[in-house]
Amino acid sequence: MSDEKKLAIIATKGSLDWAYPPFILASTAAALGYDTQIFFTFYGLALLKKKLNLQVTSLGNPAMPMPAPIPVFLQAMPGMQSMMSSMMKKTMKKKGVASIEELRDLCFEAEVKMIACQMTVDLFDFKTSEFIDDIEYGGAATFFEFAGESDICLYI
Amino acid sequence: MAEYDQELDASGLNCPLPILRAKKTLKGMESGQILRIVATDPGSVKDFEAFAKQTGNELLESSEEGGKYLFLLKTK
Repeated sequence: MSDEKKLAIIATKGSLDWAYPPFILASTAAALGYDTQIFFTFYGLALLKKKLNLQVTSLGNPAMPMPAPIPVFLQAMPGMQSMMSSMMKKTMKKKGVASIEELRDLCFEAEVKMIACQMTVDLFDFKTSEFIDDIEYGGAATFFEFAGESDICLYI
Repeated sequence: MAEYDQELDASGLNCPLPILRAKKTLKGMESGQILRIVATDPGSVKDFEAFAKQTGNELLESSEEGGKYLFLLKTK
């Protein structure tokens, strides 16, 4: 067994805001010399799609900063989610925050291993052709093979 | 500021990009060479300390100059 430190992450969320923690932590850990794996399950699988269309919503999220207070029933109007998502992406770009595509590429470059949950793929009738190429498919036991030896294990 | 072999401009980039770019640049450098990094992210001050400590690349200098953060890293 190598003396390299190991980080195991489970990514379960598929919104724009929650896409950041797994990729930021995985890419940084890899830069620090960690052997890193991310297991994507349920909505987390959205982060492995070839074409990412990640959205953010203020609904059920009272802490989301808004340029002006908007009543909740208006936040639920059609078009609000895509408007908020594009505003969030614009702000991120302006502030020098990497896009999810960029962070995901950096993870691959740093040899972060990504595993898609086979059960979720079957459950939602996803096609493997929808997902990026360099990933593996596996189940809970596959995750534990690596996580069982990890120094840090995160559920996101 | 002391002499250096390569320079990385990470101005305008936010966490974790300055660290990731630095790591990538260091990879292409030889042991003992010095990398100068310019960043604007205030978080990079603590992050480069932590990066140096964990990777064994020595942080020779960390300073601030006109709103920019300057680092000198010596390749392991």
